[in-house]
Amino acid sequence: MSAAVQEAGGYNFAYLDEATKRMIRRAILKGLAIPGHQIPFGAREMPLPYGWGTGGIQLTASILGPRDRLKVIDQGADDTTNAVSIRRFFQRVAGVEVTTRTAEATVIQTRHRIPERHLTEGQVLVFQVPMPEPLFRLEPRLTEARRLHALGDYSLAQLRLYEDIARQGETGSSYNHPVMVNGRYLMSPSPIPGYDNPKLHRSAAILLFGAGREKKIYAVPPWTEVRSLDFDDHPFRPMLAAAPCAFCGSRDSYKDEIVSDDRGGRVFVCSDTDHCRENQS
Amino acid sequence: MSALLQAEGLRLRFGAAPALDGVSVAIWPGEVVAVVGESGSGKSTLLRVLSGQIAPDAGTVHYAGQDVLALSEAGRRRLMRTEWGYVHQNARDGLRLGVSAGGNVGERLMAAGERRYGSIREVAARWMERVELDPARMDEPPRNFSGGMQQRLQIARCLVTEPRLVFMDEPTGGLDVSVQARLLDLIRKLAKEMGLAVFLVTHDIAAARLLAHRILVMRRGQVVEEGLADRVLDDPRHPYTQLLVSSVLAA
Ligand SMILES: Nc1ncnc2c1ncn2[C@@H]1O[C@H](COP(=O)(O)OP(=O)(O)OP(=O)(O)O)[C@@H](O)[C@H]1O
Ligand SMILES: [Mg+2]
Repeated sequence: MSAAVQEAGGYNFAYLDEATKRMIRRAILKGLAIPGHQIPFGAREMPLPYGWGTGGIQLTASILGPRDRLKVIDQGADDTTNAVSIRRFFQRVAGVEVTTRTAEATVIQTRHRIPERHLTEGQVLVFQVPMPEPLFRLEPRLTEARRLHALGDYSLAQLRLYEDIARQGETGSSYNHPVMVNGRYLMSPSPIPGYDNPKLHRSAAILLFGAGREKKIYAVPPWTEVRSLDFDDHPFRPMLAAAPCAFCGSRDSYKDEIVSDDRGGRVFVCSDTDHCRENQS
Repeated sequence: MSALLQAEGLRLRFGAAPALDGVSVAIWPGEVVAVVGESGSGKSTLLRVLSGQIAPDAGTVHYAGQDVLALSEAGRRRLMRTEWGYVHQNARDGLRLGVSAGGNVGERLMAAGERRYGSIREVAARWMERVELDPARMDEPPRNFSGGMQQRLQIARCLVTEPRLVFMDEPTGGLDVSVQARLLDLIRKLAKEMGLAVFLVTHDIAAARLLAHRILVMRRGQVVEEGLADRVLDDPRHPYTQLLVSSVLAA
């Protein structure tokens, strides 16, 4: 640990004290041992409001070592306010190297996206999670939701899916589509687009999820089976904008739709800015 | 043939007054048993104890050879959604109001592991027809249906997995008389077609006469009279039953 950092900021390495980090690491290990199961943890107050990824920040702070290289993205982009301030925060309190390149990062903290580039073994993806409970909208009583998890009773989630198909004809276009992890626990993938769900399946990277306000951690170890909830005759099919990226021409990446002029013109651009840059170079 | 459900010596008190005071009952496959008695006599409590929803202070409950009171929660839930059905007096308590009619009927199929959307719709449509609801309305929410229709929907929701035993707590309570009659007819028809055992709680002596093979009369947590429906109603022996039957005749 760099003593210079400690003195400069007056903080312990990566802001959190070592006892708190140990507590969080224990929760992470439990999470990895029971893939998809939500582990309560004693979340700390962070110098950022909830909704700014305090759950993700605490996870990142607990796993970061001096030799790590950190990337932070928000909606796929490295240059949004949220991503920039979290990256600066860790530069200041941990003095770690930072990068915008997915391939070079050892730890990636993210909100709302999984990078397009295949993650590799040894990388860790940390998700900021606003609501960890996938049954929340279906069963608002948290004790009952916990019981349903314990019993592995997910007919409510299946029922919600039935309703979506009956009403809209299809599933898969949406955000936050629930997944079954290792054939046992139903898990909220945090609000990533359905397009990203397949990347959770047998991911080489460790996936960690942190919810600061709800004080929950959950995890998916490498190479774990992660299936989007669906019906046999209505398989989960993620939707993708048909238009190519206006910058790099990519057809198979996830796009944001942006207004391009003052006459209501719209174009599609890659939401993953690093992926877009790689395509252009 | 042995009893489908058998309970012995059930006792339960809430505070000072006993709600169940030494009740023993049995129901055989395909049999409709009505439980009648004044308000507060313990009818609903009996139903909830028999279906494993609350534990008695003393007594035993066996279903098809299994000790219901010793079941794990997972085991009880499995029984509740496969072998059993429970029809509430208020459709509000028995239906999911935020879910379409078809979804309400299909839920138990999904809980039983059905993962084909098309089959769920097919079976739900068939069951809506069977309870005399228009299957073309299967994507509408329950609030679009009248009280009597909601009760029929609740019945379809229970019966879709072809249970063997259905508990009904005043299923016609709060409905218009003509609507009640139609619902009772439907229950009688389905029970017969499916060979259902039905444990029916009712205030309504006429309903008991129409549906039940056997009647239990409860008062202050005890079964004061029990027998074949016609015998109990035409030749009541206990003074309380005599009072019940005559008050209906007078009404
Ligand atoms: N959860 C409870 N807590 C306290 N007392 C209860 C509870 N449930 C029932 N009781 C009491 O137990 C007795 C039997 O109640 P129960 O609801 O079984 O009667 P009932 O025969 O179904 O009456 P009704 O015809 O009005 O529905 C009553 O004295 C009631 O007040
Ligand atoms: Mg009652």
